[in-house]
Amino acid sequence: MNSIGYNDYIRILPELVLTFFGILVMLIDPLLGRGSRKGLGILSLTGSFLAMAAGFYQINFHGPAWFGMVQVDSFSIFFHILIPCISAICILASLEYLDQQNIHSGEYYGLILFGTAGMVLMTSAVELVLIFIALEISSISTYILAGYRRSSAAGTESSIKYFLLGSFATAFFLYGVAMIFGATGSTSIPEIYKALNGATSGALVYIAVALMLIGLGFKVAFAPFHVWTPDVYEGAPAPVVALMSTGPKAAAFAVLLRVLFATAVPNDWIWLIWIAAALSMTLGNFGALIQNNVKRMLAYSSIAHAGYILVAFAAGREIGMAAAIFYTASYAAMNVGAFAVVSHFGGTGERYIDIEDYAGLGKRSPLLAFTLTIFLLSLIGIPLTGGFFAKYYVFNAALHSNLVWLTIIGVVNSAVAAYYYLRLIVMMYMREATVDAPPERVSPSMALALVLAAIGTIYLGVLPGYVLDSAHHGAQALKAGPFSKTVQPANNANAAPVQTLK
Amino acid sequence: MVPLSWYLVLSAILFALGISAFLIKRNIITIFMSIELMLNAVNLSFVAFANHWHKLSGQVFVFFVMVVAAAEAAVGLAIIIAVFRARETLNVDRVNLLKL
Repeated sequence: MNSIGYNDYIRILPELVLTFFGILVMLIDPLLGRGSRKGLGILSLTGSFLAMAAGFYQINFHGPAWFGMVQVDSFSIFFHILIPCISAICILASLEYLDQQNIHSGEYYGLILFGTAGMVLMTSAVELVLIFIALEISSISTYILAGYRRSSAAGTESSIKYFLLGSFATAFFLYGVAMIFGATGSTSIPEIYKALNGATSGALVYIAVALMLIGLGFKVAFAPFHVWTPDVYEGAPAPVVALMSTGPKAAAFAVLLRVLFATAVPNDWIWLIWIAAALSMTLGNFGALIQNNVKRMLAYSSIAHAGYILVAFAAGREIGMAAAIFYTASYAAMNVGAFAVVSHFGGTGERYIDIEDYAGLGKRSPLLAFTLTIFLLSLIGIPLTGGFFAKYYVFNAALHSNLVWLTIIGVVNSAVAAYYYLRLIVMMYMREATVDAPPERVSPSMALALVLAAIGTIYLGVLPGYVLDSAHHGAQALKAGPFSKTVQPANNANAAPVQTLK
Repeated sequence: MVPLSWYLVLSAILFALGISAFLIKRNIITIFMSIELMLNAVNLSFVAFANHWHKLSGQVFVFFVMVVAAAEAAVGLAIIIAVFRARETLNVDRVNLLKL
């Protein structure tokens, strides 16, 4: 057995950085007196940015690590960069939010970092039990974060609902892992591929895929496993919702991609995904139509967006996978931005979160209204924003796979969705203000968060080339994936860095 | 020797019991216990399969699952206490502030 070397550590560098900074935050926190924890926030922000840098550094270190437990390829690197980005913007938004709500505690930032470490690990793990553990690291952190406004009844309710349904879902996922272990005698994705490739699969494999789909379905909130989403998003702190509607989702979609496309499980699940995609889009968009609370509206919209991503899954093939990967990135940019605005505008105790409260925002604070408009237009899918290209690639992939009906359902749904996003925009620009309180000043950290999210959204809409290329490389890596020369558990773990596919 | 299928059936029954208890019970602590039951049903499967394949890894997974379940319990009970402080009830039907 090979010994553990330098490359092994580099291949989990983002996780190491995030965990290190998380522990640092937890250690320093009790040493500080009462008062604001801005310093710790900035420390954890540094941690996120360093983790992102570590993700970039990994580009030259493709290959498996830790005896085939972890696989660094273009696919995982894409998420290694994306997810710390998300958490950095959420931390920036939290800096203002926590002061606004008078919450002074450092472990909030620690939990964000630990959760991010879990999400990052999920995307590079190629061992189902390790994926399960990473999933739990990210979930347990977000359960706590969801209930962070302990004094608010809605906050604790959101937390308990998230916790109960989340652990219920992980039990399903784990049962699926046990079944696939039973069917193949291994939980390592390359081994599973070897065992299943070409062989006829027994009932156990089908049960396993179904159970894992249920488990991950809860995590990414596609219909019919979406019911918890609006309640949890409504009660949880807005910056946390920004994180948990994008980060764990991107990570869980990454796991779903790996499990469905890299394990050679039989292809019969496509019709299930087809139904789930159609259901999620329809239920999400029609549910959002009748909401008055902006957070609930965005929660339903996030269900619909999970549906669009599933359309790409149903399309399958490299082009579909690339579309799904690209969609997670562009959805992250616009949704984090939208929730950051909601977080700022909510004020102390999140008082202003109904659609009517946004009336006249265009006059009262034009810049804030303008940034929110960018995000909403992107969520609709208007050209020049990331949302447009994301949808375009998804439907393009679906048409390439002859999924005409699913594409039609998707396009009709996009039109329906335009109604409720536009309703908010109309409210901001065409109505007189009902709230007389002057809007609070946007703090520099929040301004930075909004600017970063807006730049991300517009960048993906104007120059999607680079990110799309990376998504394609990711999809190729997944296709060529664990079966290419790279993964031989315990054999190749110390091989020289394999150059990227470029 | 007890055949593998018996263990699997027992595990499936336990898992199904966990699901039904999760759906039927109204007390949050009991609901939480039913999740633990589901996890332990999975553990039984793991051990049975480990024996079937003659691979120790399946038994090691059980330890991981137990550790994760313990972490979950720590967080879950803390959240339950927070809910009780805010509501003075542990009945899920009364934890209904957030609704369609």
